[in-house]
Amino acid sequence: MISVRRVTAVLRKELLQLRRDRMTFGMVIMIPLIQLLLFGYAINTNLRHVPVGLVDQANTELSRTLAQLVQATQVVTVTEQLPNPQAAEQAITESRIRAALIIPADVDNRIARSPAVGLGLPDATDQTSSRPVAHWIVDGSDTMVASAIKSLRTMPLSELLKQPPNRQVPTFEVTLYFNPEQRSAVNIVPGLVGVILTMTMILFTSAAIVRERERGNMEMLINTPIRSIELMIGKIIPYIFLGLIQVAIILGLGHILFAVPINGGLGTLLVVTLLFIIASLSLGLVISTLAQNQLQAMQMTIFVLLPSILMSGFMFPFDGMPRPVQIIAQILPATHFMDMIRGVVLRDASLYALRWDILWMAGFAALGLLAATLRFKKRLG
Amino acid sequence: MSDLVVSTQGLTRQFGKKTAVNNLDLEIRTGQIYGFLGPNGCGKTTTMRMLTGLLTPSHGTISVLGQPMPQAAEPLKSEIGYMTQIFSYYRDLTVLENLRFAAEIYGIPKNKAATRIDELLHTYDLTDNTHQLSGSMSGGQRQKLALAATVIHHPKLLFLDEPTSAVDPETRRTFWEQLFDLVDQGATMIVSTHFMDEAERCHRLAILEHGVKKADGSPRQLMEDLEAVVVEVEGPRLRQVKHALDGKARVLSTAQVGSRLRVLVDKAEAEPVAMLHNLLEAYPDVSLALQRPNLEDVFVSATRGAAS
Repeated sequence: MISVRRVTAVLRKELLQLRRDRMTFGMVIMIPLIQLLLFGYAINTNLRHVPVGLVDQANTELSRTLAQLVQATQVVTVTEQLPNPQAAEQAITESRIRAALIIPADVDNRIARSPAVGLGLPDATDQTSSRPVAHWIVDGSDTMVASAIKSLRTMPLSELLKQPPNRQVPTFEVTLYFNPEQRSAVNIVPGLVGVILTMTMILFTSAAIVRERERGNMEMLINTPIRSIELMIGKIIPYIFLGLIQVAIILGLGHILFAVPINGGLGTLLVVTLLFIIASLSLGLVISTLAQNQLQAMQMTIFVLLPSILMSGFMFPFDGMPRPVQIIAQILPATHFMDMIRGVVLRDASLYALRWDILWMAGFAALGLLAATLRFKKRLG
Repeated sequence: MSDLVVSTQGLTRQFGKKTAVNNLDLEIRTGQIYGFLGPNGCGKTTTMRMLTGLLTPSHGTISVLGQPMPQAAEPLKSEIGYMTQIFSYYRDLTVLENLRFAAEIYGIPKNKAATRIDELLHTYDLTDNTHQLSGSMSGGQRQKLALAATVIHHPKLLFLDEPTSAVDPETRRTFWEQLFDLVDQGATMIVSTHFMDEAERCHRLAILEHGVKKADGSPRQLMEDLEAVVVEVEGPRLRQVKHALDGKARVLSTAQVGSRLRVLVDKAEAEPVAMLHNLLEAYPDVSLALQRPNLEDVFVSATRGAAS
């Protein structure tokens, strides 16, 4: 039998300690607040204004207009004029620019024959007609930058000769659901809930128990009739509320500042976040039974936190990862949570639609709590 | 034998190759304050931890309040109180909050808890500190709080691990008066210490060294049974006198206490004063006198075997 009295004793003690620990309480509020502001504005997967150099070897009216057209896409911003390709390579090596556009001396000639201008189809057998009008050299180490520049490869040039735009019929019609304006914040903000909860919930619980051991409180506790499960439950309940406060801050501010819609029901949202909070807390408890001191608890938290950021689908699409990585990533509660929170917040997914994630998360939480309770011994050896 | 509260037979605990407690037989009776006296690392805390069921013995049997340990550890928790060496209640809680926490953990009903806490605050002179954070109190006050919290559930058996190692002599005195009050109310106590004055207050003592029991009995009996006589040497050049005596046959130990040198001489020596006079021929201006042995003499005599 679990004694409610003993659980509330631990719970009340935790709340009293938390109330006096202004720093931790401040962090509970400030971590989501500051990180939301930082990441909401900072993380942008639509790359714009990449700094590039320009080597204009033609220096004609047409070449200057071409350079302006390229800048008008807003994908790149010309920050340097360079005399020759060697200087451009040097500037890329020195990381002053990420790419350089080299416009050859015969650019006028090339433009006149280019199919991109839309003057008519060139003769397929004529070698000169199929030559590109200019050349990009790119620092390809960052694939995102490289793809941004590569997107300019087939840029239409009809405007250059004041021709009407190409009336190309697209091969596919594309309709973007849930984030039609393609704003990164819509995807980032719900994901941020998962990252911040992973960090704070695991760290708070693991540190809370390890700290008792470090301060000698544990030796007193294990000499009292308190049972492991009572201690565990009493310890995690206050942090469930802290977790919910953090979720409210992130989603509330995300809605106000970044216009992230909350399409799903609040009840569904509560179920999903509560499950994730409890799963993270139980993982924190397991860590607390492994770590000997707070530093070790911190290291183990980071060990879980990094893959939760990088492999959960928060930063990179889960579908793009190799199968073995996906299997590993699915062990993490954060991976399931990313799916669930984005589902609820953006797609108004029902609990039934998320049943497998929910089942998995509940199983993880129960298993974690069980493991922590079994591992936590009221014995020294 | 119904008044036997704790008994052990052949109690042994090894940590790897190191034997912390070796073949310990104990018999502790109800209403006693039983002391474990010994230097740091002699096995006092390890023994206490085995008696409370926190550690499993490598060999031997333990019976506490008639039940086997560590099997009965959990049910016995509510009959035992354990006061740890360092303050183990919460420094960021007030005195009242700590006591309330203890009352709830020990399952004392709410209506009784308030009365009990009030009673403890008065008994342990903590009424002025009720709302003070325990971390901001003096060592002595914290010690009182720890004792109050440890006895909140009226334990039959109390373990006190070096209870007064961090308090001043005045506080220690008061603290011991409170322990005797608890004994008067029917509690039995096991106290570990390395202070002689504290050990002297115990009803019965076990002197431990390297996990082995070197002597067992009441302090008075231990002093009477001392296998040595005490001679005090007074005079100038005591350091040289000490060097002159050290290592001589039948001189068990020498220790300077202020302006006197305390010498333990083997009881087998019929004329200890005369023997020392002979040894100290070069120091004619010293005076010698027989003294009553104290507990430190017992301790030195009991533990010198292993040291030599």
